[in-house]
Amino acid sequence: MKIEILGMGCPKCKKLYENAQSAVKELNVQAEIVKVEDIQKITDYGIMSTPAIVIDGEVRSAGRIPTPDEIKKWISAK
Amino acid sequence: MAKECLCQANEIVVFPCSGGSNCGQIANQVAVDLTEDGVGTIFCLAGIGAHIPGMIESAKSAKRIVAIDGCSVECAKKTLEHAGLTITDYIDITKEGIAKTKNFKLSQQDILFVVKRTKQELAKER
Repeated sequence: MKIEILGMGCPKCKKLYENAQSAVKELNVQAEIVKVEDIQKITDYGIMSTPAIVIDGEVRSAGRIPTPDEIKKWISAK
Repeated sequence: MAKECLCQANEIVVFPCSGGSNCGQIANQVAVDLTEDGVGTIFCLAGIGAHIPGMIESAKSAKRIVAIDGCSVECAKKTLEHAGLTITDYIDITKEGIAKTKNFKLSQQDILFVVKRTKQELAKER
């Protein structure tokens, strides 16, 4: 599984990265968590507000920081 | 593209219908002017119509979603509703007294009037 955290590296993006790490750890799943800071790549997803999270190519949220529990639900649904 | 952070919350997002009439193009220009004035941020209605998840999710995080339709066909309103987005503020330009025509020499007076009307709507508590 590939989890992408989209954002330019501000504290909100870092918090979302941490939440994704927590979710992966709590579920004990194999996942690669990648930071995407290139604005061109971010906008290629149609994202107009960051931070955003993309799981296996699917945009799950944008413009807010989902909780670890929310992220766990998305991972579990895969 | 200039390097700018997208982390500022888009508290007010504006969706013009950008339709093929004077009113549709007034809607578009009003959304541009509101963006340039710092009132809100123009968003891409076509992206919503195409169900681009990144755009829909970005719009969902806004506190106010403004739809500006040129006429009572309500394309912007219906497109947003179809995507499950809740419109908080709505303008139909023909209902503001501007007749729909195919004259694309837009009246600056009409544009300023609709900008003013949209700002009045946004001044209301939601």
